[in-house]
Amino acid sequence: MNELLHSPFFQRALAAAAFIGFANGFFSGFIILRRTALSVSALSHTMLPGIAFGILFTGTLTHWNAFVGALFATLFVGLGSVAVARGNRVAQGTALAVLYTAAFAAGVAILPYLHTRQELEHWLFGDISAIGNADLWIAFGIGSITVITGNLLMRPILLTLFEPNIAAAQGVPVRFVQYLLFTLLALSLVGSLQAVGCVLSVGLLVAPAATISLLTDKTSALFWGGGFLGAFGSVGAVLLSARFGIAPGPGIVILLGVIFVAAYLFSPKYGLLFRKSR
Amino acid sequence: MTETHHNCCAHHTHHHELVIDSLCVRYRKVTALEDVSLATSCGNRVALIGPNGAGKSTLLKAIAGLVPRVSGTIRWRGTTVRKWSGEFAYLPQREEIDWSFPITVRGLVEMGRYPQTGWWRPFSDDDSQAVDGALASLNLEDLQHRQIRELSGGQQQRAFLARALAQQAHVLLLDEPFTGLDRNAAQSLGDLLARLALEGRLVIASHHDLRTATDLFDEILLLKTRTIAFGPAREVVTPESIEATFTTSHA
Repeated sequence: MNELLHSPFFQRALAAAAFIGFANGFFSGFIILRRTALSVSALSHTMLPGIAFGILFTGTLTHWNAFVGALFATLFVGLGSVAVARGNRVAQGTALAVLYTAAFAAGVAILPYLHTRQELEHWLFGDISAIGNADLWIAFGIGSITVITGNLLMRPILLTLFEPNIAAAQGVPVRFVQYLLFTLLALSLVGSLQAVGCVLSVGLLVAPAATISLLTDKTSALFWGGGFLGAFGSVGAVLLSARFGIAPGPGIVILLGVIFVAAYLFSPKYGLLFRKSR
Repeated sequence: MTETHHNCCAHHTHHHELVIDSLCVRYRKVTALEDVSLATSCGNRVALIGPNGAGKSTLLKAIAGLVPRVSGTIRWRGTTVRKWSGEFAYLPQREEIDWSFPITVRGLVEMGRYPQTGWWRPFSDDDSQAVDGALASLNLEDLQHRQIRELSGGQQQRAFLARALAQQAHVLLLDEPFTGLDRNAAQSLGDLLARLALEGRLVIASHHDLRTATDLFDEILLLKTRTIAFGPAREVVTPESIEATFTTSHA
């Protein structure tokens, strides 16, 4: 174990876990308040066809074209669903479901034409122990953007999430805030791609604040608490995974899931065990 | 009647007037409001009464600047309101609010200060005092750390009114504030609205119960896409005007 801590790979993995865990844990606060955990899942699946198209257009699979492809696809589908929902005719969840399955289907359709099919699996579940310096910078950069933007625009975002009409009556540019949130969500998803992959990134973007919401009614605690829980949970999971010999990506999501269930059972205010005795 | 019962205008040389002139609102091709006009001033409680789909909520939203208007003007204190104004507070119907949102009563009231604080400025002593004052004024001090779902219906309405007070809103736009309240809660909300009007605010609320409307409000707008009648509550409510508002015409 000690030996492992001195390995540059492992050190990078721990740093990445801390950055990504904090940024995504912080952002999970917005997702919990918006009550759209499922749309995160839809968007996360959009990253895969994005990567596939990135390979198709450039002919190779590098980290950069995977990131760009994934980002482009999630922005396209995410912002597209907000735009379609503007007309009030189609709910945003509906628009998202149609757009993301179409994108996913297109990704599946082009799979036979890609020559790097095996490596796609790596993007499904991520591999934080193979993270390079460039990936670390991407994770740090994206994490900084989401946390800083989220903080600067906390008030208009909170007003919009609470009730868009009241927010608009107070002068908040509601539509801009909605587009911004989906842009930040796309960035967060892509930022966690290397660590936990397409499918598991949902856990990192929902579990931290979901856990905190079982423990407190203070709105700001969702963000900071979610950030710290995400960071410590991820770092702890990377350490535990090394100790028990499981893959760190799934390890992160398992640990966060276990903490969530523990909060659900034992939370002093909203826990299952204390509910009856109150 | 409006001259004597409120003290706001004692401080002003003029009444604060809200004048709506031939307002039209359409959702795509459906006409929601056609040629609606009314003129009132602070210190009054105005009820918007009409059948479902008559445009009550739309009128409130139009005054709050939430729906685009096809034509017509809304003027408040002599200036045309184009989009939104911090002097207006809008409260949607109960069911549109996510009551499980993790926010305390105090947090909700603090949100009312955001137009004053802007997006970044930290809360000053003035802001905290405005929040404290609003909570005290609506008797919510003991409940301020409760999550908003842990309140009764009447207390929830009070929490939102406290938010409007913290915002220092002059015009309160309330969508069906009495819906779902039991008799006592409705009674105390009625007293509260009377007090807020007496303090010089203008209260405009959609309302569905004709029997209570004349007690709870000073003026009534009978609405069915167009204005059926507008004026002092007891004068407006006549058998003929009620029939014109609520009977559906069959061709």
